[in-house]
Amino acid sequence: MKAQRAALNERIINSLIKLAGYSSIVFVGLILIFLVREGLPALNDVSLKDLFGSRWYPIEGYFGILPLISGSLLVTVGAILIAIPLGIGTAVFLSEFSPSWLRNLLKPIIEVLAGLPSVVLGFLGIQIVAPFFRRFLDLPTGLTAFTGAVLLALISLPTIVSIAEDALNTVPPAYRQGALALGATNWQTAWGVTVPAARSGLLTALMLGIGRSIGETMAVMMVTGNAPVLPSGLNALFLPARTMTATIASEMGEVATGSPHYHVLFFIGIILFLISLVVNLTASSLSLRSRKRAERLLS
Amino acid sequence: MNLPEYSRKMRQVEVLGINLLRLITLLTAVPVIGIIVFILIRGLPAISWEFLTQMPRDGMRAGGILPAIIGTVYLTLGTAIFSVPLGVAAGIYLAEYASDNATTRLIRIAIINLAGIPSVVYGLFGLGLFVLFLRLGTSILAASLTLSIMTLPVIISTTEEALRSVPNAFRVVSTSLGGTRWQTTWRITLPQAMPGVITGIILGLERAAGETAPILFTGAAFFLPRLPASPMDATMALPYHIFVISTSVPGMPLQIQYGTVLVLLVFVLGMNLLATLIRNRARARRQW
Repeated sequence: MKAQRAALNERIINSLIKLAGYSSIVFVGLILIFLVREGLPALNDVSLKDLFGSRWYPIEGYFGILPLISGSLLVTVGAILIAIPLGIGTAVFLSEFSPSWLRNLLKPIIEVLAGLPSVVLGFLGIQIVAPFFRRFLDLPTGLTAFTGAVLLALISLPTIVSIAEDALNTVPPAYRQGALALGATNWQTAWGVTVPAARSGLLTALMLGIGRSIGETMAVMMVTGNAPVLPSGLNALFLPARTMTATIASEMGEVATGSPHYHVLFFIGIILFLISLVVNLTASSLSLRSRKRAERLLS
Repeated sequence: MNLPEYSRKMRQVEVLGINLLRLITLLTAVPVIGIIVFILIRGLPAISWEFLTQMPRDGMRAGGILPAIIGTVYLTLGTAIFSVPLGVAAGIYLAEYASDNATTRLIRIAIINLAGIPSVVYGLFGLGLFVLFLRLGTSILAASLTLSIMTLPVIISTTEEALRSVPNAFRVVSTSLGGTRWQTTWRITLPQAMPGVITGIILGLERAAGETAPILFTGAAFFLPRLPASPMDATMALPYHIFVISTSVPGMPLQIQYGTVLVLLVFVLGMNLLATLIRNRARARRQW
């Protein structure tokens, strides 16, 4: 009798655990369903041509999201251009050249950066970074795409450094020993052997850095100046801009539920969801491939 | 080729290169320390007993930030209530129950995607599902549920990792003594993995505590004259409060702004420190 009850309990608990295990799939599905449910009606309210038009001025019924997409691209590309040399350089230094006491000191410090809330970085952007760039570059306002890019670089750095460093660490020591035995210097070994061997891991790091940048909301909204205009040239980097994320965050609070504006904001959410889907799937398939290759080489 | 000449050049390149990398690393690490020191210096003068325990006055330009502090505590606890049992159970499933098949791979892909979805998209989802469809309104409950789902991937992955690091011998012995899978997990594996699990929970909640975008349309309030009385009330919260006072309140004293940032920073980094301490202590004590 008692054993029967125990077996029943066990069965219930096991199914609950299985259910919890499947919950992630359910949530991704729910997120997609609710974004589509609220966002797809945008296509009824606004024609496809107007939706991908170049003017975002919701009060007068202009819902062209091109300026927002290009704003996101501008800021993200700027951020990645800053973050690649800093992130990969730091990772190579920490894993290949740094004495271990320094690595043990610096890694946690850089990881603290990952824990800083983005609103705190946005606040410092307003107080310090934007005024600095306004004076230093002699601009009419410091709240520009460039300021946003600098902050985004800072935000995506911990992701890039920590994943890139892991990738470099998993390169088998035999590779380095082989290069050194052939007379290569430490420097030549690092850039000629270790970095190329870790390249898919480094690409993963970059992809995830890009993912963080595109999805970042608060810091970007606070420092980019909130001007939804289509960039016209390279100097657009030093003008105010507006990203997709910032548009949702700053306008959703004021729209009427069910209005065209409301649907279009959810539609932008669908685009963001799809971008993050592509970025993350690419990143995970890259890291999977590198793991398989390492296994094959070492077996 | 003159060999010494060549190798001297190589040596120069190497020294130059390594110094350049040192500089780059410095450029990455210095802002972090700078940010924390700077906020400490500018924020500390604002901190007083009144600042931490009083309601805001004069359109938030004076008085304390008690409702924002309380709100963030409520939201963090609310998030924990939903995300901890679900996340730990899902981690247990992946580490102890799941076999390596297509469904498991799909679960992993789902987790990776949940981790990558932009925070403001979680806000949209929370608005669509919890606030409107389930009619919870903008409330602590809706915001906590939204934050919970965002926190899940962190808790699931760290729980799984912590369980996997427990040596298999523990499971083998328990099973050979007649323990079922659940008994083995609950009595043997999970206790062994507990420090790692707790570290993951704290790191997940730390992120939830600092987030603004997911609560913007699901539970955060610009200003409330009273503390929230039930989970169905909206609430003020530290991150949103920082956004509000630094962008939407003209004539806001800088000292209050820096003080509020410092309080959030202590809250968040305090959790981070706690997680690190638990991890290090467990590592030092571990017998396997």
